[in-house]
Amino acid sequence: MPDRFRQARWDEPLIKDLSRPGRVGMLAPSDPDVMAEFADPMALVPASMRRASVRLPELSELQVLRHFNRLSQMNFSVELGMYPLGSCTMKYNPKVSEMIAGSDTMKNAHPLQPAETVQGILSIFYELERALSEIAGMSRFSLSTAAGAQGELAGVLIMRKFLRDQGRPEKDEILVPDSAHGTNPASAAMAGFKVVKVQSDASGLVRARAVSELAGPKTAGMMFTVPNTLGLFESEVVEVSKAVHDAGGLMYYDGANMNALLGRARPGDMGFDIVHLNLHKTFATPHGGGGPGAGPVGVSKELADYLPVPVVSSEGGKYSLDYGLKNTIGPLKGFVGNSAILLRAYVYMRLLGASGLSNVSSLAVLAANYLWKSLDPAAFPASHAPNLRRKHEAVVSVKSDLPGGAMTVAKAILDYGMHSPTVYFPLIVSEALMIEPTESEPLEMLDEYASALNEIYDSMKAGTLGPVPKNTSIGKIDEVKASHPMTLKVHW
Amino acid sequence: MGQPQSRHPLLPNLDEALVAKMLSKIGAKSIDELFSDIPPGVRLGRALKVPEGGSEYSVRRDVQNRLSANKTPPGSLCFLGGGVWPHYIPAVVESIMSRNEFYTAYTPYQAEISQGILQALFEYQSLMCDLLGMEACNSSMYDWASAAGEAVRMAARVTGRKKVLVAESTSPRRLAVIRTYSEAMGVEIVPVSFDRSTGTLDSSDLVKKAPDSACLYIENPNYFGVIEEESERVASLVKASGGLTIVGVDPISLSLVREPGSYGADIVVGEGQPLGIPMNYGGPHLGIFAVKDLKLARSMPGRLIGLTSSVADPARKAFAMVLQAREQHIRREGATSNVCTNQSLMAVAAACYLSLLGKEGFRSLGEAVIANSHYASRRLSKVKGVSSPHFSGSFFKEFVVSYEKARAPAVHERLAKANVLAGYPLEPATGINGGVYCVTEVHTREDIERLSSALEGAL
Repeated sequence: MPDRFRQARWDEPLIKDLSRPGRVGMLAPSDPDVMAEFADPMALVPASMRRASVRLPELSELQVLRHFNRLSQMNFSVELGMYPLGSCTMKYNPKVSEMIAGSDTMKNAHPLQPAETVQGILSIFYELERALSEIAGMSRFSLSTAAGAQGELAGVLIMRKFLRDQGRPEKDEILVPDSAHGTNPASAAMAGFKVVKVQSDASGLVRARAVSELAGPKTAGMMFTVPNTLGLFESEVVEVSKAVHDAGGLMYYDGANMNALLGRARPGDMGFDIVHLNLHKTFATPHGGGGPGAGPVGVSKELADYLPVPVVSSEGGKYSLDYGLKNTIGPLKGFVGNSAILLRAYVYMRLLGASGLSNVSSLAVLAANYLWKSLDPAAFPASHAPNLRRKHEAVVSVKSDLPGGAMTVAKAILDYGMHSPTVYFPLIVSEALMIEPTESEPLEMLDEYASALNEIYDSMKAGTLGPVPKNTSIGKIDEVKASHPMTLKVHW
Repeated sequence: MGQPQSRHPLLPNLDEALVAKMLSKIGAKSIDELFSDIPPGVRLGRALKVPEGGSEYSVRRDVQNRLSANKTPPGSLCFLGGGVWPHYIPAVVESIMSRNEFYTAYTPYQAEISQGILQALFEYQSLMCDLLGMEACNSSMYDWASAAGEAVRMAARVTGRKKVLVAESTSPRRLAVIRTYSEAMGVEIVPVSFDRSTGTLDSSDLVKKAPDSACLYIENPNYFGVIEEESERVASLVKASGGLTIVGVDPISLSLVREPGSYGADIVVGEGQPLGIPMNYGGPHLGIFAVKDLKLARSMPGRLIGLTSSVADPARKAFAMVLQAREQHIRREGATSNVCTNQSLMAVAAACYLSLLGKEGFRSLGEAVIANSHYASRRLSKVKGVSSPHFSGSFFKEFVVSYEKARAPAVHERLAKANVLAGYPLEPATGINGGVYCVTEVHTREDIERLSSALEGAL
């Protein structure tokens, strides 16, 4: 079975090793008459600041193209195979979004152009902003934040400023469940808060009682992911929100898992005051090998003036960027936002519409439960609450009596031409595999994935698996050796 | 709601028979049942108020029609800079950026199947280190402004000091982001003034303010496009006071201007957008972040890629994410920053761009840019009522043009009406009635001629 897949293996040299003096892959345009006016352009640079030489590789155009094309063939992507990376929501990114984002009228737009000259893109941002507010149950969104983590930072800075304006600077603690994404405590700490861990119960859920016990005069708020990273809906979310509000704190919704709730439930209705949405997850914009993404942040009416600027405004059919919010935490990015990503998210929203968006969550949840139930329960027991339904993802624990555990399963599945689930997360699960198939995988693929995992387990148990992976560009990698700091770059 | 009803190209299992098959495996009666754990009080129970869905054709037609209302080159001329600049993007870079293997992948958590992006990012790090004269560069931040914000935070963290000096010739936009990023750390931002005639940093003001400071943040060329001639002395003054020098750069300038590592920069940040990335109305762009001292690499934010080898064959090179103990998924509240999603794809574009231009191409690009911008400045100086360049300091790519009588915002409004986007107005706080003009290799003599006559008409 694994023999069906072979990843390209080019043993591609480093670009510097392909270099040969005297070659060039691109000539800059220049006007001979203009150049004639400046006998030595370097003379325009002050003598103390002239650069002696630039060390860059020297290759022809085709050589550069071949090099990066070969590298691309040694990279796995959604368009090559199933990519059920839990919590990262790797769904199909519609091609038409790429086509539209590639329009010259988008690519050549400068962020400091007067608003009158960019009414087209501003009208799209305005509609996207309204749609996200409706989907999340918030009053207003700022589209300016470049990633979920930047949205989180915006969210906790809003909490901080709001509480200071209320005369409550003593509120310097943020509650974060033990199952939370690592970005939550990191963002809270960046905003100067102390992080207080909320222990989830045996079923992996946060109980309102545990929150009440921790919440108090110092509580600024809580960061909460619903459904959580175990794929479980936090059934006491309303009571949790109440406990935090009763303590005078604010509720922050980590929208990483919003794909499970689209059109079904809204964070605003559950008591959240601040929300970020990862457009690269829920709204199918490509992840780019780690980025770019976009993480718009939305707030309730009470906090609308605190959003990071700019926000998009509309008056009498004219759209503009508003930098003048009264209590804004300030900007977090140089310009309006990751515009080309926002445009792709808008296209996705339009392709689906209201009923399509709610079908997305229905089918994503259906797929996650189906795949989970197709796994051999003896091999991949649920880490928590086996009797509860999963939402968008399922976390299983690879039976630890097998040598290799979760990491071996993760490497073995690569040989099938399918990506691994997320490994060793959430931290509260031992030998965790977190599987999120999404709504875009056809049923046949879900079956194939489940049988591959079951087959891997059988070979592990029988001791016949052998070294994995073997069909990938390279076999298992020495990740410890990589951390020697001398290897962060090469010289030439 | 209830059972899904229709067909949709993006939803392969939206078929009653398939849904039924899947439900039966799960042991559920309906899809609604899968959501029964959501408390009834917070179930939406109605359709979302968003536009109804459309076919690919209708959505494409509508969205592209709306985008065509944007006034952009080639229909209009763009001489705007200020942190995002019009540059030519080679077709090869566009081709590589459209490879699905790069753009539809995720963070390379499984290194064996992600060697392509890992090697490309490692090459980006290497190319940038050479360009900047630094020892370690991360594989990208969101943009220049947020990278500057992270750098200031890092300097305060590493030195344990709370006073941060920022040159007044810094972009006001980046200064505002630095404030947002560092305010919660209790950092105090102290401006260092610039010489009103040359446009360069006032080093006597620096000498007064340097003691006890965590760092100086300075841009080179600065917001006015002026090259800081005394960079070496500035960095040594900061060093003498025990602080760090953070330099913000436009990487294109490094084709002709000395690399910051050669004149004492401890941290370099900057905007990688001109390296093959479209202006895209504000993003995605590419934040540059690099450090001189390898020891600082352990305190830096962002993702790092390292060179290693295969377990079975130590002679075979391989790449993996490294020093992850600094990062949020392991260190949580103790992490060096919360960065998770970054701008990887944009870093690949930059690596491809720098490889294409290479040693000679990059130098000749810099020459074309400096020649064009000086040519344009000379031409504009012939326009009556205009002072160009406003500052006497040497400049690269951008320069300040000031007007004797007409008010700058009105001038630029009239220019925009003539389809010439030029001279982003300076803040009133600078006391200069003028704007920053940007001229690069994409501007022809005819374009510059058109700009001059438009300016004549706008005054």
